[in-house]
Amino acid sequence: MGKVATAIEAKLRAALAPVRLEIVDDSSKHRGHAGWREGGETHFNVEIVSAAFDGQNRVTRQRLVYAALKAEFDAGLHALALTTLTPAEHAQR
Amino acid sequence: MSEPQVFERIRDEIARNDVLLFMKGTPVFPQCGFSAAVVDVLSELGVRFHGINILVDPELRQGIKEFSQWPTIPQLYVKGEFVGGCDIVREMFEAGELEQFLKDKGVALARAA
Repeated sequence: MGKVATAIEAKLRAALAPVRLEIVDDSSKHRGHAGWREGGETHFNVEIVSAAFDGQNRVTRQRLVYAALKAEFDAGLHALALTTLTPAEHAQR
Repeated sequence: MSEPQVFERIRDEIARNDVLLFMKGTPVFPQCGFSAAVVDVLSELGVRFHGINILVDPELRQGIKEFSQWPTIPQLYVKGEFVGGCDIVREMFEAGELEQFLKDKGVALARAA
């Protein structure tokens, strides 16, 4: 796992205590697109299951994730495709 | 701290357009897959919307992220309300929620029932 992915994982675990967290680096799929850079780690796909999302709407959930990763966005993280679920919602999948 | 001047412009655009998409590229030529995905959903639903290309406006590009407290583009606003980015729009569309949301907001949909 790359440096950015490692930081994303650590920060999301600390901020949201997820019961499930999957981070996929999609950067190579965006090669040559805006925001892409050599060395990658600009585009990620994250699925996160956390009780912190209970009772929160979609916008609030994603803002919680973005807030935890502010430093990464400021440093060039370009895109996060996010799936944010509560444990109950995840169990229904 | 006073707010950035660009916020005034953003508020004005949001007030003037019932369905407003801050995006990369234009509705006809999106320059990013995520923006294109939202354009596709809105087109599929037959929603008339206004697209603002933030790539040609650096002040707006930074300003809209701060205004919405949302670090990524695209961003969809409906009748003044921030709906979300690509993931949320797609999720709502697939669940049938977006169509209902737009109807509830009084936005005309051209899609045949």
